[in-house]
Amino acid sequence: MSEVKTTPMVQERMIPSSPSAIVTITKQEGMVLYEDMILGRFFEDKCAEMYYRGKMFGFVHLYNGQEAISSGVIKAMRPGEDYVCSTYRDHVHALSAGVPARNVMAELFGKATGCSKGRGGSMHLFSAEHRLLGGFAFIGEGIPVATGAAFQSKYRREVMGDESADQVTAAFFGDGTTNNGQFFECLNMAALWKLPILFVVENNKWAIGMAHDRSTAQPEIYKKASVFGLPGVEVDGMDIMAVHTVAQAAVARARAGEGPTLIECLTYRFRGHSLADPDELRSKAEKELWFARDPIKKFSAYLIEQNLATLEDLKAIEKKIQAQVDQAVEFALESPEPDPAELYRYIFAED
Amino acid sequence: MADTLLFNALREAIDEEMSKDPTVMVMGEDVGHYGGSYKVTKDLYKKYGDLRLLDTPIAENSFTGMAIGAAMTGLRPIIEGMNMGFLLLAFNQIANNAGMLRYTSGGNFKIPLVIRGPGGVGRQLGAEHSQRLEAYFQAVPGLKIVACSTPYNAKGLLKSAIRDNNPVLFFEHVLLYNLKEDLPDEEYYLPLDKAEIVRSGTDVTVLTYSRMRHHAMQAVKTLEKEGYDPEIIDLLSLKPIDFETIGASIRKTHRVVVVEECMRTGGIGAEIVASISDRFFDELDAPVIRLSSQDIPTPYNGALESLTIVQPQQIVEAVKKIVDKQL
Ligand SMILES: Cc1ncc(C[n+]2csc(CCOP(=O)(O)OP(=O)(O)O)c2C)c(N)n1
Ligand SMILES: [Mg+2]
Repeated sequence: MSEVKTTPMVQERMIPSSPSAIVTITKQEGMVLYEDMILGRFFEDKCAEMYYRGKMFGFVHLYNGQEAISSGVIKAMRPGEDYVCSTYRDHVHALSAGVPARNVMAELFGKATGCSKGRGGSMHLFSAEHRLLGGFAFIGEGIPVATGAAFQSKYRREVMGDESADQVTAAFFGDGTTNNGQFFECLNMAALWKLPILFVVENNKWAIGMAHDRSTAQPEIYKKASVFGLPGVEVDGMDIMAVHTVAQAAVARARAGEGPTLIECLTYRFRGHSLADPDELRSKAEKELWFARDPIKKFSAYLIEQNLATLEDLKAIEKKIQAQVDQAVEFALESPEPDPAELYRYIFAED
Repeated sequence: MADTLLFNALREAIDEEMSKDPTVMVMGEDVGHYGGSYKVTKDLYKKYGDLRLLDTPIAENSFTGMAIGAAMTGLRPIIEGMNMGFLLLAFNQIANNAGMLRYTSGGNFKIPLVIRGPGGVGRQLGAEHSQRLEAYFQAVPGLKIVACSTPYNAKGLLKSAIRDNNPVLFFEHVLLYNLKEDLPDEEYYLPLDKAEIVRSGTDVTVLTYSRMRHHAMQAVKTLEKEGYDPEIIDLLSLKPIDFETIGASIRKTHRVVVVEECMRTGGIGAEIVASISDRFFDELDAPVIRLSSQDIPTPYNGALESLTIVQPQQIVEAVKKIVDKQL
């Protein structure tokens, strides 16, 4: 019997060369980032609870462990102006983009007050108001849509002469997805036309049960940028300051019309692929290695160390967010089901 | 304009809409400098520039998704499928995102998008370039599907499709690009959900679309000489299908022949026959006759290819059979 290799070398790849200079943040900014990460974490924990209590259905993919990426990138953008494009693991991107927790929770409960009116569910979150383009249940299919939104910004500016059209788009997706053609096709087009877009890879080392190095001949994803002529950056996805720093530079570059950036964030999901996943393939040692690098713990230590917050400040935020998440559940529970008479509504633009 | 060729009618439609609305743009393979594989966008890049006539890499699924993203954020893209068959590579984006996204988003986004290009069986182009994708796409919710057949309807329908706030699949036929017709000088639009009564008659309702309209009209010449009076309806819209016009005709003729170029199994005709049986069964005096292409990949050999699609003589025979039976 051959020995089962449980912790391949690549799963340990996690500490890339950090950006040379980390941005400095104000206390206010630190609180915004911390609050957003806590919201993501508490919201997802509540989802697990509600799923097991039979309040939400279908496939539910949680984001625990990856919060530094959503918060670090999206908080480097302009809320309600810039575009965010996610995957099926989209709750936290929606929250960072500003979609109220209660409307996300209500969507997961299938209610009429959900951000997709109960038509979408966990993997199809949308909000035009918050410029959240989705929520895409098939891997890779959001990347072209995000590329189109970025094209639209350029088009407005260059064809329609709208100087204010400097919106940036961020597309989030996983390591497994970078083996799909849409990833390569869009890197090419975005670089070709210098589109204002960030391709943010959340490399959590696994695609369901497929270890990254078992599916990917060149596991260092950021290196693939160079062949398309765009910058590729590798960043510690468990360190929000590192992610935020890289994101700010990429956003500035995109906004200045200098084109796209590929950002590979090395991260880990703390739960199974979805709430239906028994999560049997990832070794205990591997998980523990990563749990020890919890991005929220890391950031709270940083805030305190830098005198940007006290323990009390952080506790107060946690209390506030817990209340907000609890209220989101209340709201979702009390919200009406979609009206069966409106089964056909929203198929066409006129409905 | 006197004697406008069909491809130029399409070009006029695009040109007129682009000049009116700066959010209208075209993207696809060779739509810019090359002018489109059938010259539908010839020289438009000179007038509108490279971004509005965007030559894309050969990446159908991704540029289709890009058009969807652009449409969601306020542009009105027109995608040209160099050959509609190539859009099989974009099936994901067309079905999941163009078709369903508005619904799954609970109305958050609309997708004003036209996907147009040449389809159908040409002259010995081989199986892959002789596809009839309309049947594959008809089950996708949220799409509108149109098939033009004359310069006049090509222009009026395309202009409406560009103005429509929903994704419209717009099928042209490789063998119809050089049809000629006098077009009105004044601007016009045609509705996307109305069939056209090409010839009104009383004996039998012939339902057809795209190039088969012309085969049906050829059959009419023979049938008229022999005293038959068929009503020929060009569906134009394949989704939704105009059952109002079809129903009115059936109430008059009580007999139906469906003539289509797509394959028999799971074809547009199959859907029509099923819907006629749902809606108008009591009006029928005879079982509906369905003339479709053979259920095979279109063969290269010219004789085999002719055997694969419906020929005018078959339409003549079907009409005679269904009308004579009733006498
Ligand atoms: C086109 C398509 N194929 C397969 C799936 C099933 N699937 C869902 S998630 C997933 C793994 C994706 O992994 P990765 O891109 O690394 O993202 P992660 O889930 O790790 O965030 C697969 C195979 C899918 N949703 N879409
Ligand atoms: Mg992964």
